[in-house]
This record gives sequence, structure tokens and C-alpha cells, in this order.
Amino acid sequence: MPIVTIDNHTIEVPEGTTILEAARKIGGDIVPPTMCYYSKLKGSGGKCRTCLVKVSQGSAKDPRPMPKLVASCSTPVADGMVVQNITSPEVLEARKAIVEFLLINHPLDCPVCDQAGECDLQNLSYEHGANTERYEEDRREYDKVDIGPNIQLHMNRCILCYRCVYTANQIANSRVHGVLYRGDQAEISTYIQNAIDNEFSGNVIDVCPVGALTDKTFRFKSRVWFLKPMNAHRNCTKCSGKVVVWKFGNEIYRVTARKDQFHEVEEFICNDCRYDHKQPEDWTIEGPAKLSKQSVISQNQYGNLKKPSIILPIEHRTEKQE
Amino acid sequence: MKLTNRSKVVSDKNMTMKERLYLPAIATGMGITFMHLFKKSVTVEYPAQQRPFADVYRGHHVLKRDEQGRERCTACGLCALACPAEAITMTAAEREPGEEHLYREEKYAKVYEINMLRCIFCGLCEEACPKEAIFLTKRIVHAEYEREDFVYGKDKLVESADSDKRIDVSIRQTPQVLEFKKDNTKRHNK
Repeated sequence: MPIVTIDNHTIEVPEGTTILEAARKIGGDIVPPTMCYYSKLKGSGGKCRTCLVKVSQGSAKDPRPMPKLVASCSTPVADGMVVQNITSPEVLEARKAIVEFLLINHPLDCPVCDQAGECDLQNLSYEHGANTERYEEDRREYDKVDIGPNIQLHMNRCILCYRCVYTANQIANSRVHGVLYRGDQAEISTYIQNAIDNEFSGNVIDVCPVGALTDKTFRFKSRVWFLKPMNAHRNCTKCSGKVVVWKFGNEIYRVTARKDQFHEVEEFICNDCRYDHKQPEDWTIEGPAKLSKQSVISQNQYGNLKKPSIILPIEHRTEKQE
Repeated sequence: MKLTNRSKVVSDKNMTMKERLYLPAIATGMGITFMHLFKKSVTVEYPAQQRPFADVYRGHHVLKRDEQGRERCTACGLCALACPAEAITMTAAEREPGEEHLYREEKYAKVYEINMLRCIFCGLCEEACPKEAIFLTKRIVHAEYEREDFVYGKDKLVESADSDKRIDVSIRQTPQVLEFKKDNTKRHNK
């Protein structure tokens, strides 16, 4: 099995693993961010270029570096490969440029957008992007499109990651969702706006890294950081029924699939669970969903609170001497 | 345990004859009261007379409209998130076609409430606002008889659309803000 070194961490992975998957096995800060790659969707990746890394040694047999930065989501590892991600200033600079490219046609409507607070692009640009822009032209503009009764497409915000297309292709049997036109004009379309009637079509909302595909039943209801995400389940005949319900008081505002630490859906859920079961008695609550400490959603919620170890319990404190 | 040097030793010794008469003590007290007649008064007659406010005084909030009279607030919730007293709540709604002259963005605040009993007038809402919609002004929040009356809704917060009744908040914009607004590489400023 090939042994690969990523940012000075060495790991042994099976043949054919991509650099990104190897980095995810190591975990931590060295995992390249992804906007289009989705480990659950076959064929995804290679489009957004956010996960570019530097291969400073191709393999043990051929130690020459790769001539250009490579997309880690689609490059398999080789034995003795040495990869640099956050230790290479070249990679960080390239990533910053990629963020700028992704933001060229992305509107600055985060105050309006329902995805704000859980948006991958927002996190990425906050972490890597510059806070000014150099692009002076007008951004492309489209009208909102209703894809079926429950999904709304805002083509303005789309970054053409193709995740929803792969989801629709893989989960649905028929091809109802795709990308029309090319280059700058490319747009997600349902082919003359056919409603997606597949039972799992709602998952395109969860896989969308930006606010291009949003839940119409949750549209403008609340901001995600005012809601309490709780793990819940119910007996569902179509899917596993394991979801996150987003509560405001005792009311359920929306239902989404559970996401792992890389913001990928753990198990796809059906439309029944997502749209039609919003009564508190429909769900068995398991407990608060885990959020990353940095997430804006965990603001003012103390589940993640770490008590500083330096504070002694009261009985161990001694009175101050004069 | 002695923490300061200001503590006095308490004793219960008997008062002298002069102290038991109380008359000299009363005379001293009256003298102090009489002296204040000739001193400058420390109070002002409030509604008729007003003390000068500091330029940065933070009072009654205003929800601004833009030049065309459209509400600037888009109910993004950042003011409520920033509020340390959790005084702000809002409900968003979608702008219908034909309401473009009323609301600036496609989303607006249908309900916007500030609980003035909770508000500590720190100004963090103003700082968090990405749309330059909320500002604190020099107006005073008035006393009320009922607690419910302190929950200010949009009727009390949104400024009038008439151009002569607008509330001037230019004093809240520091030279740094004006300098920032000149920077065209920031998308907000276009």
C-alpha cells in the first residue's frame, strides 16, 4: 500500500486513494477545502479547483515534483509521494485566486440568502479570500426558478459545482436535472423546468454548497443561527429517517439530512421526511446536533462550552492570606 | 481581617449634655440647608430646558430608508445576533411584485421589534448592520406606564418616508466610515 506524506504527516492508504481522501484520513487543518467534490457522489470533483495542492515529490521511484498544482480530489496517491497543502505559500495564494474566481459571478446577497451561516463558499472566502474585489463588470443575472413545488433555484448564486446534477443522476433513475449551455452562460436547468418528482430530489438542497438550491418551505422563515439543530429520527419506509430538525422553541422550521465534519450528507433523506413532517410529535429527538465550534450557528449555545481547567472547584480554593 | 483604613471603631459611650440637647446639631444642619440657597442649582427644568448631549449619545433607534424612500432593512438578523441583551427580534417576509418602491431588497422585515427594557444602548446592532439600516439617535426613549409599550415595533422605529421628516444620522458616521465608503473595490459601496 502506498505511503504518502501530506504536510509532514505520513499515512498509509489503499491503492487508488486520492490525495484528498488521504488528507481527510489524517484530518485537521491540512484537509484541502472542497466546493465540488463530494465523496458520496460518484464522478464529482475536479471542477472548482479549490482543493489544489502542490506535489513536491511525485513518488519514490520518480522523485521529481509535478509541474503544476494538482486537484487533490482527482489525483491518486503514489508510493513515496510528498504533498504540500497549507505548508506551501504557493498553494495558499492559488486558493485565494480561486476564491476570487468563484466570487466573480456570485452576488453579495448573504443578508438575504437562506444559506448564510452554513454556506461553504462563505466559509471558504472568509478563510482564504481577499476582502476586496477587482472585478468591475456586472454579474450575470437570472430569474428565480421553481424546481418542483419545494425547491427554488437561484442561478445567480450557483458556482457550477455539478453536485446537484450528480445527485439527481445517481438518486433518480431518470435524468431530469442538468447543465445547459457552456462557459459563462452555463446554467443549472431541469430541462424545460420539469418538476423533479423523485422521492429523494430534496437532497439537492443539502448537497448545494451555496444558496443556489434552497428549500421553499423554509424560505425566509428564519436565519439558521437562530434555530437549534437537534438530531432526530422517525420510522420512515423510504429512507433511514435519521435527520436534523431545526427548531425554534418547540416549532420545527425545517428538516435536513445529517452532515459530517466535511459538510457532507451522511444519509440521504426522502422528501416526505424533509417537507411533510414538521410537527414536533412526528420526531423522536435524540439530542443536540454536533456543530463545529467556529460555526455561527453555535453562537449563544453552550453545548460546546469547554470549562477552563485552571478554575479550581470551590472546595479547593483557599482563603487569601493577609 | 482589615481590608481598608477607612473603617471606624464603633463605641457605645454615653453622649455628653451638649450632644443630648440636639439643638446645636439642628442649627448646623439648618445652616447647611440655608447655604444651598445661594449655590448654583444642580438640576435643570427638564422639558423646557435640556442638557447638551454628547455627539456620540446613543438613544432611540431608527430604521433608515434609502434616498428613494425604500426600507433598507433586509431582516438578515445580524443585529439580533450581535445584541448582547437579546433585545431584537424580527420576522422576515418576501417582497411581492409591485412592492419595489417600499422595500430595497427581495426580503424585508415584516415584524421588527426592539425591547427597550432589555436594550442597553451599546450600539452593536448599528455596528453589525451590513445595510446601514439601523442607527442609534439622540432621541430619548420615553417613560411608559405599561411594560408592553416598551417593545417598539416598526411603527416607532422606521423613519418617515417624507424627505423633510427624515432623521439625520450623519453624526454617527465617522471619518473612517466615509473614507471606507469611497473604496469602490468593496461591493457594498457601488
